[in-house]
Amino acid sequence: MEAKKREPLLRVVKHAELSRTQSFLLRLLAVVVALVVGGIFIASIGYNPLEVYKTMVVGCFRSVMAFQATIKFCIPMCIAALGVTLAFKMKFWNIGGEGQLIMGAVFASYFALFCDGMPHVPLIIIMFLAGFVGGGIWGLIPALCREKWGTNETLFTLMLNYIALYIVTYLRDGPWRDPQAAGFNKIARFSANSQLDKVAGIHFGWIIMIVLVVFVFIYLSKTKQGYEISVVGESRDTARYAGINVRRVVIRTMFLSGGIAGIAGMIQACGADATLSTGVANGVGFTGIIIAWLAQLNPIATLVVAFAFSILEKGSSVIQSSFGLSTACADVLQGIILFFIMAIEFFVRYKIVFAGHKEKKLSQAKPEKKEAAGK
Amino acid sequence: MISLDFILKFIVAAVAAGTPLLFGTVGEILSEKVGHLNLGVEGMMSIGALTGFMAGYGSHNLAVSMIAAFAGGMVSALIYAVLTIGFMANQNVIGLTLTIFGVGFANFVGVYMVGKTSSNTWQLSADLISQMKSIHIPLLSDIPVIGKLIFSYDPFTYTGIIIALICGWYLFKTKAGLNTQAIGENPAAADAASIQVTKWKFINIVLGGGICGIGGAYCSMIINGGVWISDCVGGLGWISVALVIFAAWRPQTAILGSFIFGALRVLKYYMPSVIPIAFFNMLPFIITAAVLLIASIRGTKGSHIPENLGFNYFREDR
Amino acid sequence: MGGEVKNAIRCEKISKVFGNVIANEKIDLELNYGEILALLGENGSGKTTLMNMISGIYHPDEGTIYVNGEPVSIQSPLDAQKLGIGMIHQHFKLVNIFSAMENIELGTPGKKLPPKELRARVTALCEKYGLETDPLKPVHDMSVSEKQTVEILKILYRGANILILDEPTAVLTPQETEKLFEILRHMRAAGCAIIIITHKLNEVLSISDRVTILRKGRSFGTVKTAEVDVSKLTELMVGRAVNLEIERPATDRSEEVLKVVDLCVERSDGSTALEDVSFHVNRGEILGVAGIAGSGQKELCESIAGLITPKKGAILYKKENMAGKTPREIIELGISMSFVPEDRLGMGLVAGMGMTDNMLLKTYTRGKGAFVDRAPAKKMAETLVDKFGIVTAGIEMPVRMMSGGNVQKVLLGREIESSPDLLITAYPVRGLDINSSYLVYDLLNEQKKKGVAVLYIGEDLDVLLQLCDRIAVLCHGRLTGVVDADKVTKEQIGLMMTGENWEEVREYGG
Repeated sequence: MEAKKREPLLRVVKHAELSRTQSFLLRLLAVVVALVVGGIFIASIGYNPLEVYKTMVVGCFRSVMAFQATIKFCIPMCIAALGVTLAFKMKFWNIGGEGQLIMGAVFASYFALFCDGMPHVPLIIIMFLAGFVGGGIWGLIPALCREKWGTNETLFTLMLNYIALYIVTYLRDGPWRDPQAAGFNKIARFSANSQLDKVAGIHFGWIIMIVLVVFVFIYLSKTKQGYEISVVGESRDTARYAGINVRRVVIRTMFLSGGIAGIAGMIQACGADATLSTGVANGVGFTGIIIAWLAQLNPIATLVVAFAFSILEKGSSVIQSSFGLSTACADVLQGIILFFIMAIEFFVRYKIVFAGHKEKKLSQAKPEKKEAAGK
Repeated sequence: MISLDFILKFIVAAVAAGTPLLFGTVGEILSEKVGHLNLGVEGMMSIGALTGFMAGYGSHNLAVSMIAAFAGGMVSALIYAVLTIGFMANQNVIGLTLTIFGVGFANFVGVYMVGKTSSNTWQLSADLISQMKSIHIPLLSDIPVIGKLIFSYDPFTYTGIIIALICGWYLFKTKAGLNTQAIGENPAAADAASIQVTKWKFINIVLGGGICGIGGAYCSMIINGGVWISDCVGGLGWISVALVIFAAWRPQTAILGSFIFGALRVLKYYMPSVIPIAFFNMLPFIITAAVLLIASIRGTKGSHIPENLGFNYFREDR
Repeated sequence: MGGEVKNAIRCEKISKVFGNVIANEKIDLELNYGEILALLGENGSGKTTLMNMISGIYHPDEGTIYVNGEPVSIQSPLDAQKLGIGMIHQHFKLVNIFSAMENIELGTPGKKLPPKELRARVTALCEKYGLETDPLKPVHDMSVSEKQTVEILKILYRGANILILDEPTAVLTPQETEKLFEILRHMRAAGCAIIIITHKLNEVLSISDRVTILRKGRSFGTVKTAEVDVSKLTELMVGRAVNLEIERPATDRSEEVLKVVDLCVERSDGSTALEDVSFHVNRGEILGVAGIAGSGQKELCESIAGLITPKKGAILYKKENMAGKTPREIIELGISMSFVPEDRLGMGLVAGMGMTDNMLLKTYTRGKGAFVDRAPAKKMAETLVDKFGIVTAGIEMPVRMMSGGNVQKVLLGREIESSPDLLITAYPVRGLDINSSYLVYDLLNEQKKKGVAVLYIGEDLDVLLQLCDRIAVLCHGRLTGVVDADKVTKEQIGLMMTGENWEEVREYGG
């Protein structure tokens, strides 16, 4: 009585990792496939995909103005992604970039609205610090709760996003309402004194962005604190063993992570919008997560991916005017690209073994630990 | 004094406002019960909103719309399921992407369809709109108070309640539901008890997505009176994610929970304006955060959160 | 080959190879209904591997398994279940929020039973086999032994009559163990066939009918329990002493480096890990720690390294009390600990980092300023590669991509390079081939000659006897003796590992 074979048709095993070039090529392939799939979709509604793609790219570079607009998209996305990078490196699933960004904007806006009599340079510095602290506090809360009680950080940071958003609504409708606004409630436009200066035609947030990219890169790869983050992210046990105070690292890093998102908020409110509105974050906190992940938590790559995403964003507004297509095109393409890259990512780490030549493979694939455990 | 009529009106409005949340919540419960935190509810609802609306536009039939919305939600959940179960991708990242993609896709196609119409409004037929009206059962609906309270909602509300009850029965009264819950709690234990972990994960996530899709159809078809509007789901998916926590991962509790959250959403229209509107909007999230916090302070025994939520399962890791 | 009595299970020449390690080689085993068979063997003798093949987790490379006299191919736990075989693993697989009876029902075919009926069935099962459980009690409120009862019920509920228990007593108190044995005897009387894996000899003697002994992956025969005693079993289990020709240099041992006094440690689940453990280590000395896995070795290491706070007792390092010191301060004092866990990478090394960054793990705080100085670490990594013959594609390659032996060399090498005064090393040769093992022994001796105090936690008694100067034996968290390695026999150590004190075993062997 042979027991029936109940082997699955295919099974998944971990394999030795691919080289950097191989995995880079695989990811490149994923982007290409994603663009082809997006193209098929565009073609299916009756447009020439090549033309649409061309218009998007050309639209971003056709003039200095257009290029400046592209960069403006890039700044908050890139900075938000940098903030998330710190948390994710630690395997702290901070989904709260959106809320941290908003709180940074709120804190900075307080000074922009009510202290605009101050001299310009100190005011900007204070707003910068306020943005950092505001975002930082919003990052600190979930970190403290998780370290103290084990509160699920994903869900908790998610809730904090919306609490932050409605704090802005409250300020807009109540204490900070612009009495001169006709119709809809809004917060007054900041005076020129409390706006970021322009450098090369764009508010100088782009300089902050580049400084932050370098800062986060150096922080993670060269400093003691960055080293601690990597160890904690890999294994809390190992970190403990190495004498690292895990709790302190998590709390400190989340303050920094939230703070950086807060800086993005400050730049958005005081640079791009010159006011605080409920749309200050507008999903950038979420997009930042996707960018950070696509960039494999590498700050330099984050800048590249963020720029690519801003081409999609700006390009979408171009195709809106030229083809009458929705700006949502950018979201669709971002989604498709990420789906394909995530699928490809799997093949970087695992391989699929088909049933049949299974038995041999099985014994080879078994890690040695199994027999060490055979007490 | 507040009149009875006023209270009745308020309750009816609260139930209507809670209906899309009910679908989103129950769908997400199915997914979270197998350990998959799907942050793509907003996206799945958006796709359901689109497919449901489109089918309604073409067929003028409510049942067809609902089925199409269900199918749209299922397909979008399938993307999530393939990537997180099959390819073991990070659940948070895929969920968020699904939201961005889903909302974007619905808006994109919506704008395209609006452009195709002559009047620049993409609108459902009067015939279909009449099918979606609140039901009126002769005699029953005319009973004072009770009639208004129980027999005066649109077909979506009743569908939602029935689905929630079925899901509650499925999760807590059937063997399959028991197995499902074991997967979300401890997949290695489920695997050891010869439960087909992968298969059941797929089934629950995809069905959950379908249910979310119907909720989306409510947003696109009912809330705006049959006219397509971009971003019609408008954050209801996110409230649903919060509501799952509030409902302690129980579909039956989700019925009550969604009506309470619905009440919070309409309360601002019934309350004196001394309390800022933002407060009511914020309340669901504050309550949920508080529930989450209190549950974690009470420890694992007190929280209903599936123990393995957010982690993928790879058998050789056990 | 059907004889008069059908065996419940008969294994014929079963072999299993993992990579290039032979886990089981031509093992024969017989199990009858109405019998308890003990499977005895040291760590790594292949017991669990063999049982995993019977319960469908692995598939044998060679040989045949017969169930009820028929040859069978067991491809999955489900197949095993259909054949009436159930295995209780060391680590319980239970859903915490479910009640006992929900866990029992989980994954069984058919419709969900009404709670009343399910409860009645579970109660009936309990009565039949003499088990006690509260069917409605959630697992997270249960003690370890209650959880074990649920695991047993799970298997019985599925109709199994062949049970395999993998070290079921490792987590139980003596009272709970006695209760479990009562249950097992009940089940034997009810006609079940039971295999129990253990290395506690007194338990073997009290519960089993026959004993099959495995050693280094091979079966060393089966004896009737009634015909043996503890010393005979010990001899069978550990075998004769093998001369490994490990050097044991004489050194200056004038100074006491570590003194542990009345150390008591509790695990997080409240069970006792260490009880009144006292010993000392001098400079220039290797103190071996022998003991069955899980006797408190890990907790001993972690207490000294400051990772867990002892409940009572003192740890003195160079006459200074270590209480209240952080792990970092302890590292700075010159205490180095390398613990090789079963998965090798769980502690001590960061899997995703290269050798250079792993060198930094305990020293990254050195130097002024906010920045990490990688230059010395890089140099150290390069030195290690040369010195230990570490095979790697590059020192920046993540260590998880290196082979097990090389990973261990990196770990131990780093600890040694930090030139500690006290080196704690646990299972440093776990899974290493012979040559690498000797390299490790030489390294340890080199440290000893330098005047380092070494605490060596090991598995192989032959190695302990020949490498170490003195051996401390742990059993159930208690120290059963600290003896000079050249004045003790392997059998005596074996007896002490199972709970006999040095005073009691002094007359044996010798």
